[in-house]
Amino acid sequence: MAEFLVSSGWNANLAQIVASVLGAVVLASFGLVWIIFSIWLERKFAGRVQDRLGPNRTGPYGLFQTFADVGKLLIKEDITPEGADKHIYNFAPILAVAGIIAIFAVIPFNHVWVGADLNVGVLYFVAVGSLATLAILLAGWSSNNKYALLGAFRAIAALVSYEVPMMLSLAVPVLLAGSMSMQDIVKGQSIAYIFVVPVSALIFFISQLAEVGRSPFDLIEAESEIIAGFNIEYSGMKFAMFYAAEFIHAFVICVLTAILFLGGWRGLGAGEPGYELFGFLMVMMKSVAVYALVMLIRNTLPRIRIDHMMAFNWKFLVPLSLVNLLVVMFLARPFVPDYAAAEAAVAAGGLAGLFGSIFGSGFIAELPRAVVLLVANVIMFAAATQLLHRYGETQRAKLGVKDVQPVRATAMASD
Amino acid sequence: MQPEFGQWAIFGLFTVFIIGGGIGTVSSRNLFHSALWLIISLFGVAGFFVLLAAPFLAAIQVLVYIGAIVILIIFAIMLTRRLMGLREAVNSQWLYGLIGALITFGVIALGLVLASSGNTPLLASQPLSDITGDSLRDLGVALVDLNQYVLPFIVASVLLEAAMVGAIVIAREDE
Repeated sequence: MAEFLVSSGWNANLAQIVASVLGAVVLASFGLVWIIFSIWLERKFAGRVQDRLGPNRTGPYGLFQTFADVGKLLIKEDITPEGADKHIYNFAPILAVAGIIAIFAVIPFNHVWVGADLNVGVLYFVAVGSLATLAILLAGWSSNNKYALLGAFRAIAALVSYEVPMMLSLAVPVLLAGSMSMQDIVKGQSIAYIFVVPVSALIFFISQLAEVGRSPFDLIEAESEIIAGFNIEYSGMKFAMFYAAEFIHAFVICVLTAILFLGGWRGLGAGEPGYELFGFLMVMMKSVAVYALVMLIRNTLPRIRIDHMMAFNWKFLVPLSLVNLLVVMFLARPFVPDYAAAEAAVAAGGLAGLFGSIFGSGFIAELPRAVVLLVANVIMFAAATQLLHRYGETQRAKLGVKDVQPVRATAMASD
Repeated sequence: MQPEFGQWAIFGLFTVFIIGGGIGTVSSRNLFHSALWLIISLFGVAGFFVLLAAPFLAAIQVLVYIGAIVILIIFAIMLTRRLMGLREAVNSQWLYGLIGALITFGVIALGLVLASSGNTPLLASQPLSDITGDSLRDLGVALVDLNQYVLPFIVASVLLEAAMVGAIVIAREDE
C-alpha cells in the first residue's frame, strides 16, 4: 500500500501515515461490520436452542433484522438523565467500543495480516481490555442512577478478580512459545496448545467469559436483580454502542482463544505462503466454533449468584491456575522443542521422516513436550474435578440434601 | 538522522497529555474528575515509553496504573460518598504540599542541569528508531542474570510478597 503511493509520486512519510491510517480503519470496520452478522447469528442460534425460528421476516433468513434494529436505534431519542455527569456520560460509550476495537490491532489473521505484531502483544490486549473496564465504571457512575452504579460495582468486582486466573493462564502459552508476540505464539503451535495444556485453555475461556459478562456470568446486567446494570440510562445509539462493544468483545475472546490455544491460522497447510486468505478463513472458522460454544452456554446455563461467582474464582480458579502454571513451568523446561534437530531427523528419513512428512518437522519437535504436559494436565483435571465433587457432596450434606436425582428428559416429556 | 517531525509532534501531544492531565488532577473540584484526569496523565507517560522504544513498560504502565491503581482509587472514591461533595480547591495542608512540590521540582531540575553539563550528553544523539535488538528479551535476561539485577529483583519480589501477606493479615477477621 505504502509502496504503491510512493510509486505514484507521494512523499514517503505521508504515504506511510496514510497507509497506516487506512489499515487501522479497515481493521476497525471489520470488527464493526462483523457484529452485524454476529448479532444475527446469535439470534438465530438462540432461536434454534429455544425451539423457535429466530428472525425470519426481514430479508432472506432474517439477515437484515440487525439493519432494521440499527435504524430503530438511530432515530430513538437521545436522553441524558438529569444530574448526570454529561462529558463522562457521553465519553463512556466511545471508550467502551474503542477499547475493544483496539484489541484487533494485535490479532494475527494470518502470517502476514496483523495490525501490529508487538513483542508484548499478550500484555497489550490485557492492558487495553482494562480500558473497557474503565468505560463500564464511567458509564455506571456518570448516569447518576443507583442500579447503574450497582451494575458497575459488580462489573469491576468481577473483572478485577477474574483477571488473576486469566493472567496466570495466559502465562502458559507465553511460556510454551517463549514469546509474548501473538504471531510467535501461533507459530509455536505445530501442535495446538489446547491438546498440550487443556486446563489453561479452559481457565482462560472461563475467565474471559466472566470478563465479557456473558452468561453464566452476566451479573453486570442481571435483569431480575438490577434491571439493566450500568447501561440502564443510556438510550438510542449510545446504548447501541455498549451493545456493540459487548458483542465485539464476545467475539474477540473467541478469536483470542482460537489464536492462543487452537493454533490460530495454522492447520491444513494454511501457514504456507500463497494461502493468506485460507489462513484468515481458518482463524474465522475456529473463532466461530468457539463462538458457538459461547452461545450454547449463554442459552442453556442459568446465571450464577454473585457470591458464588467470587468464591468460584478465588477458591477454585486461582489456586488451580497457580498450580497449573507451576506444573507447566517445571515440566516444559526440560522439553524445549529443538526445531533444527527435528528438521535434521526428518531429513534423515526413517520413522521420524515418515511422520515428519505427514505432520511437519515442527510437530516432531513439539511432540515430547506435548505428551508430557497432556498427561500432567489430565491428572490435574481429574484431581480438580474430584475436589469439586467432594466439595459439592459436603455442601449437600450440610444442607441435608440426601439424594440428588438428575432431571430426566423422559420425565419432562411425560408431564 | 535527526528525530523526525512526526516524532516531535507525538512527543508534544503526549507532553500536553501529561501536563494537562496533571493540572486537571490538582485543579479539579470533583475528586472523581481528578482521578480521570490522572488517567490521561498516566496515559501520556505510557506514550512516552512507546516513544522510548520500551513497549513492555508502556503496556505495564497502562495495565498497572490505569487498569489497577486508578480503578482502585475510583473505587475508593465511589465507596466514600462524603468525599464526592468536596468543593474547596485547597485544604489546610496546601503549604506543605507546595514546599514538597518545589523541592521535588528543584531536585529533578538540578539533576537535569548537572547531567547535561558533564561529559555525557543528556540527550542521546542516536535516534530511537535506530535502536535495534529485542529490548524485551534484554530486560528479561537482565532480571535473572547473576551479574545484573537478580538481587534487586528478588528483593522486590520478597517485599511484594510480604505486602500481600500483610494485606491478608490486616483484612482478616479475628477468629
